[in-house]
Amino acid sequence: MPEPEQREVIGSGSGGAMSMASGEAESLKGGPLPGSADSGKARSLWSDAWHDLRRNPVFVVSALVIVFLVLIAVWPSLIASGNPLQCDLARAQDGPRPGHPFGFDAQGCDVYTRTVYGARASITVGVCATTGAALLGSVLGGLAGYYGGWWDGLLSRLADVFFGIPIILGGLVFLSVVTGASIWPVVGFIVLLGWPQIARIARSAVVTAKQHDYVQAARALGAGDARMLLRHIAPNAVAPVIVVATIALGTYIALEATLSFIGVGLRPPTVSWGIDISNASTLIRNSPHMLLWPAGALSLTVLAFIMLGDAVRDALDPKLR
Amino acid sequence: MENTALLEVRDLRVEFRTREGVAKAVNGVSCTVHAGQTLAVLGESGSGKSVTAQAVMGILDSPPGFVTGGQVLFQGRDLLTMGEEQRRRLRGAKLAMIFQDALSALNPVMTVGAQLAEMYQVHRGMSGKEARARAVQLMDRVRIPAAKERVNDYPHQFSGGMRQRIMIAMALALEPDLIIADEPTTALDVTVQAQVMDLLAELRREFNMGLILITHDLGVVADVADRIAVMYAGRIVETAPVHQLYEAPAHPYTRGLLDSIPRLDRKGQRLHAIKGLPPSLTAIPPGCPFNPRCPRAQDICRTDRPPLFPVAAGRTSACHFWKDTLDAR
Amino acid sequence: MSRYVARRLLQMIPVFIGSTFLIFFMVYALGDPVAALFGDKAPDPATAARIRQDLYLDQPLWKQYLHYMGQVFAGNFGTAFNGQPVTELMGSAFPVTLRLTIVAIVFEVVIGIALGVLSGLRRGRPVDTTVLLLTLVVVSVPTFVSGYVLQYLIGVKWRLASPSVSPEATFGELLLPGVVLALTSLAYVTRLTRTSLAENARADYLRTALAKGLPRHRIVLRHLLRNSLIPVVTFIGADIGALMGGAIVTERIFNIRGVGFQLYQGILRQNSPTVVGFVTILVIVFLLANLLVDLLYAVLDPRIRYA
Repeated sequence: MPEPEQREVIGSGSGGAMSMASGEAESLKGGPLPGSADSGKARSLWSDAWHDLRRNPVFVVSALVIVFLVLIAVWPSLIASGNPLQCDLARAQDGPRPGHPFGFDAQGCDVYTRTVYGARASITVGVCATTGAALLGSVLGGLAGYYGGWWDGLLSRLADVFFGIPIILGGLVFLSVVTGASIWPVVGFIVLLGWPQIARIARSAVVTAKQHDYVQAARALGAGDARMLLRHIAPNAVAPVIVVATIALGTYIALEATLSFIGVGLRPPTVSWGIDISNASTLIRNSPHMLLWPAGALSLTVLAFIMLGDAVRDALDPKLR
Repeated sequence: MENTALLEVRDLRVEFRTREGVAKAVNGVSCTVHAGQTLAVLGESGSGKSVTAQAVMGILDSPPGFVTGGQVLFQGRDLLTMGEEQRRRLRGAKLAMIFQDALSALNPVMTVGAQLAEMYQVHRGMSGKEARARAVQLMDRVRIPAAKERVNDYPHQFSGGMRQRIMIAMALALEPDLIIADEPTTALDVTVQAQVMDLLAELRREFNMGLILITHDLGVVADVADRIAVMYAGRIVETAPVHQLYEAPAHPYTRGLLDSIPRLDRKGQRLHAIKGLPPSLTAIPPGCPFNPRCPRAQDICRTDRPPLFPVAAGRTSACHFWKDTLDAR
Repeated sequence: MSRYVARRLLQMIPVFIGSTFLIFFMVYALGDPVAALFGDKAPDPATAARIRQDLYLDQPLWKQYLHYMGQVFAGNFGTAFNGQPVTELMGSAFPVTLRLTIVAIVFEVVIGIALGVLSGLRRGRPVDTTVLLLTLVVVSVPTFVSGYVLQYLIGVKWRLASPSVSPEATFGELLLPGVVLALTSLAYVTRLTRTSLAENARADYLRTALAKGLPRHRIVLRHLLRNSLIPVVTFIGADIGALMGGAIVTERIFNIRGVGFQLYQGILRQNSPTVVGFVTILVIVFLLANLLVDLLYAVLDPRIRYA
């Protein structure tokens, strides 16, 4: 019977060209030092992903759309000269005319101007809520995954509690109580119900990273908690969090619009697609254009973020292809 | 040994077309198996031995894998030009396959009984009850204790050795003429390996089947095989009766494989590992594919691809310097 | 098995308490139920104090919660704004939403899985690409947009279905709203089915099935689908609760008098018993649906042990 040494020469022998390719990749990865293998792997993951992304038309298109949306969210006057709050009841529900390509809404406001200005509220809410939920979720989930024990159990139950509340109902209740003219109640609510999703992802990513041999080795060599978390574990957990957060950004924008539509999200005078769609919905039979433009802009925005998240996930996790 | 060829593979070529390029996994493999004979195919992972087996069985993942040339004559008929439905009827019934990792090769959500019975239901048109009874017999046959009770268990409830017995039972179900066993014992503990290998050899004798045993394990080969074919980079580089190959290999690669086995009678000496790695199948070096790693490589090895030279009766070697290799004992 | 169920039920208790307390806290601690009773008028301080005492509102919040839950388990959910018991509202609202959810689930199962299988078996072909793109678009269009657009097109312009639903809310009337409610989940089911199929298509046991000489239909049905649909089935199970809770938007568009409608009325009129009562029931439905999923998972996948 052969001894284990032979295995090293002849290989595990699962056969096939595919396993051969992966075998080679492994032998290239196996650096002499645990630390260097770590940073090398992280760097190549990101540069590989970037290499893939630049060639992915889905990524390029959605990224361009998002850049454009962010631009007009910051400087709406770039492409819209009017004032979204300056309305003329005499022109209420009028169709398109020169200078006003999308026509007018029930209050006689220019639909084009309002659609352009609506990007600001949606993007701001989406970005702020995602940032908040991602930070809170990854810190809490990361710590839970790293330390485990009662803290992990407590956090999991807490996440279950928030999962147990249907999100639109929760918003209805929360936002009918915590009101305000700004975007912050909405952002706060989305962060409150959104963090558990990120926390779960971050937790499982950290638990997986913790089991890697080089992480165990670093631990055995006496690396402290802070160094372990920042140097070895965080780089591995960032990728899944980014993917989920990007897709979540799209759904958060849709959620804000839904809440505004129900009447508990953003409130006038904030210009929001959700509010405009809600106002237009009763008049859809006579003036579908009032609904079409803000609804189209909203759907395009959500689509862009979801597609971006999809593309990023494909690039960061080739297994899922 | 001079009966009709059960399986004759002629100049088989398989390639994988992937985004990274075309990987030439099998590059003109020819070999013959007679009824009742055991052929061992030896090689590192990536040498093309499993792909060859899958191409013979007709279970290649396609795409990306494509058979680009050659013939696979099974009992005189070319499997590659046969209609898919005709070929399907042969699979499992006339030629069967045993896979390496029984845990992943068995369906996790079907009872082993159902998976065995399926063979009889599909190929023999038996009723479910009849087929189930045959499944129990089959499990008895491969010596699974308490077969009657265990027939309703799921694969994960068995030990590794028992699972591999179920794989063997499945391959034997319809008493095929040829069995291809792809690393049947690699995933098992050493003690269990011997039991499973013995069982396979015993059943092979009993049914007088042909067996192709794919392995990287020279120890397994010596006991059960009649002939050996050594593969490297999608080619057969040496074929020989098993004992002749052990005594005097005619290819430097085979030599390297043998030297890398630890042996009791050479205790204290260094083991000789083959230097370097097998070539990437997307960029196989010109000339002899083994030349970058070969201690005997000369200029001719870098330019001319060696054909299979006849070395002796029933022996071939794809080495320009087979004579020197053979003599250098 | 029964021990597993018991353990899962025990685990649900803290989650139930947490979720309902959270809602209770929002409604009772952050809002002012007494002020709401008086609408725009300023309440007489003495009257207000008496009402507070009657409603247990002068007690600490946790005592109020315990009192409320005690009442709930005795079957008393309080009184709605129009003097009707909340349980009566529930009796009329829940069957409607349940019917709507059933219609949505049926669409999800039939169309979602069919599309997923179609594209999963033809990966990389035009059908697959088209289905994938369609699902992305459907996921991106919020329900209230697709709801109005479909209502306008099918109900108003082409007159294929009634644009609004009568108080009886029969299954026939709920077909269109059911589609609207199902759309997003349907797209997810399609994508999940496709991914799961693609993963399992590469599995070793599928190669074994091929090597056994099984006919293609048997390989696909018995081996591939049986394994691939496990995550899909669990997703759909978990979706029951989400759909019932999310029906509020659909119900508003089609003017359906279901759970969402009553909840919305409750919030509009700041009637705390209606809001907390309905949400409590929905949380229970949500938790039970998740329990069902766990059990289903254990049944479908023998590898899961009742540990």
